[in-house]
Amino acid sequence: MAEVEQGCELFSAGHRACGGCGPALAARLLLKATGKNVIIAASTGCMEVFSTPYPETAWGVPWIHSLFENVAAVASGIEASLKRQGRSEKVVCIAGDGATFDIGVLCISGAFERGHDITYICYDNEAYMNTGIQRSGATPYGASTTTSPAGKCSSGNLLPKKDMPGILAAHGAPYVATASIAYPNDFVQKVERAINTPGPCYIQVHTPCCTGWGFESGETLAMAKLAIDTGLWVNYEMVDGKVVKAKKVRRKPVEEYLAKQKRFRHLFKPARRDDVIANIQAVADANAERFGIDIKAKESSE
Amino acid sequence: MLEFMEGSHAVAEIVKRCRPQVIAAYPITPQTHIVEDLAQMVANCELDAEYITVESEFSALSACLGASAAGSRVYSATTSQGLALMFEVCFNVAGMRQPIVMTIANRSLGAPLSIWNDQQDSISLRDSGWLQFYAEDNQEAVDLHMIAYKVCEDHDILLPAFVCFDGFILSHTYEPVALPSQEEVDAYLPAFTPYQRLDAEKPLSFGMYATPEYYTEFRYETDQALYRAKESFIKAGREFGEQFGRDYSTLVEGYRLEDADTALVAMGSICGTVKDAIDEMRDAGKKVGLLKIRTYRPFPAPEIADALKGVSTVAVLDKNISLGGGGAVGTEVKAALYGSGAAVYDYIIALGGRDVRKRDIAAVVDLAEKGKGDMFYGLRTEVL
Repeated sequence: MAEVEQGCELFSAGHRACGGCGPALAARLLLKATGKNVIIAASTGCMEVFSTPYPETAWGVPWIHSLFENVAAVASGIEASLKRQGRSEKVVCIAGDGATFDIGVLCISGAFERGHDITYICYDNEAYMNTGIQRSGATPYGASTTTSPAGKCSSGNLLPKKDMPGILAAHGAPYVATASIAYPNDFVQKVERAINTPGPCYIQVHTPCCTGWGFESGETLAMAKLAIDTGLWVNYEMVDGKVVKAKKVRRKPVEEYLAKQKRFRHLFKPARRDDVIANIQAVADANAERFGIDIKAKESSE
Repeated sequence: MLEFMEGSHAVAEIVKRCRPQVIAAYPITPQTHIVEDLAQMVANCELDAEYITVESEFSALSACLGASAAGSRVYSATTSQGLALMFEVCFNVAGMRQPIVMTIANRSLGAPLSIWNDQQDSISLRDSGWLQFYAEDNQEAVDLHMIAYKVCEDHDILLPAFVCFDGFILSHTYEPVALPSQEEVDAYLPAFTPYQRLDAEKPLSFGMYATPEYYTEFRYETDQALYRAKESFIKAGREFGEQFGRDYSTLVEGYRLEDADTALVAMGSICGTVKDAIDEMRDAGKKVGLLKIRTYRPFPAPEIADALKGVSTVAVLDKNISLGGGGAVGTEVKAALYGSGAAVYDYIIALGGRDVRKRDIAAVVDLAEKGKGDMFYGLRTEVL
């Protein structure tokens, strides 16, 4: 346990994330939204490791890490304890997509079903980056990872991305949202709304990983924006299980996004895989249809 | 005043009087009566606590960890498969030095599935950093809960503890028990004062990762805390004796050991049967005694060596088996008595609820005195 001296930033610089780390930016924005009156419960993962090598910590707010898969249960206990003590701190979980979509689902489901007043933030970089870019339930179709590698007989991950926001909305979560570090104000506002909504709320923030996806570290925000602009990531909000708002875009072809990342390189070299690219375009088209994000003539972006 | 009650109910009553602020538990036989009773106490406003009905034992202990770190006294109870599911969290709780008290209604581990008693579950967590106390009867189970909170929350210790009592044999058995009143418990056990807690007023990071430069020292400090817990337990046990007249100021307890040639060593409810068997053997002129181990962790090796000075034959009753390595208690007793000259034999006994009678204890003593041991006792060879 280490104490921190802080200026106005509650998530301090000097941590050990890669240059251009999307999750590090998400952590900084998260604490801008929560302010000091918060307790953060973190899962094992990149963010935990780069921000808290003993005896250093980047966290200027109370922070706890227990295990990979139990963050929602730990937060349940913190919330119950604060309630008993009549304390006012907000309880916020921060966990990667592996901890959220895969190994932690049991604990998350329990915590959301019980209705604890917690906010769960999943920073989604679409694979197990801390252990070396292995496939998770959040890895998009067509991406090559170290456990779903592209090869002579495979075009990478053949499974679709799990609909985690839908799963948590189905638990009765009053507020579920997706966000992107490409739109920091939107993310901050969503966090503010979630922590001020009683009950369990979920935000899934898209945090591109230059190391795991294979792009230049200066391109992180551009990559996050391209995901939105192609319809492969949709920023939306669900209130009481219903989609109430989704960011509209003038969609670009998915190829513009795919071609800039090494994890999709096998779709272009040694030979173009038009079939797989078409399937990924179909994912974006389905997103556009489901959330109504296409800007029609004379309509402006929200 | 003695009250006639079920072991689980007695445990629930004393836990209530220890005033846990957060309880998180998941039902599993034979622990269920404890957590049902506590839930009813909360429902009746007899116990002012948050009761979290978690979806698994894994989450039960994880929630306890969060609540403890946030500054509450917490409680859970489990057994067998439930404890096995908590394995990862158990190591974490001890490493994070959270003073959680958890009752273990001891039960065997599958496969094959068995709901009946042995001590395989808690003993399999011996390396996790939890203190482990074993009760001989329901009175001791009640008393050890109060002592456990006192030892765990000692700021020089800050460790979690299992209070182990044998499933069904104690948990579902009615015995006369003296239940301390709320006022008496309050006088013995002060309100919980966390050493450090998650608090926006004083931000701290809990559960950071350690590089090779620091990991060993964390493990050393936790190990040292377990050894310090010996003194803390003795002190808390002595204070308990002064207040309630039942003394727990020793980590081991001898029964008719003074001039014994042969000593049995055991933990938990089997000690009652052993004592009766010893009385009969003593009547028949055999110099036999018992050494009961109350604290399996920290392991009282010097205390055992001291108590068994002058004994020529030792028979350890192990209600567990470290498969491929012998009984866990026997292995450690042998190490404790290394160089003493005593012949130490280990007997795997009473697994999965197999009943042990006085004549079985006498048979074990005969085997040990003939130099036969390190074996499963009472194997039904006809079904092999």
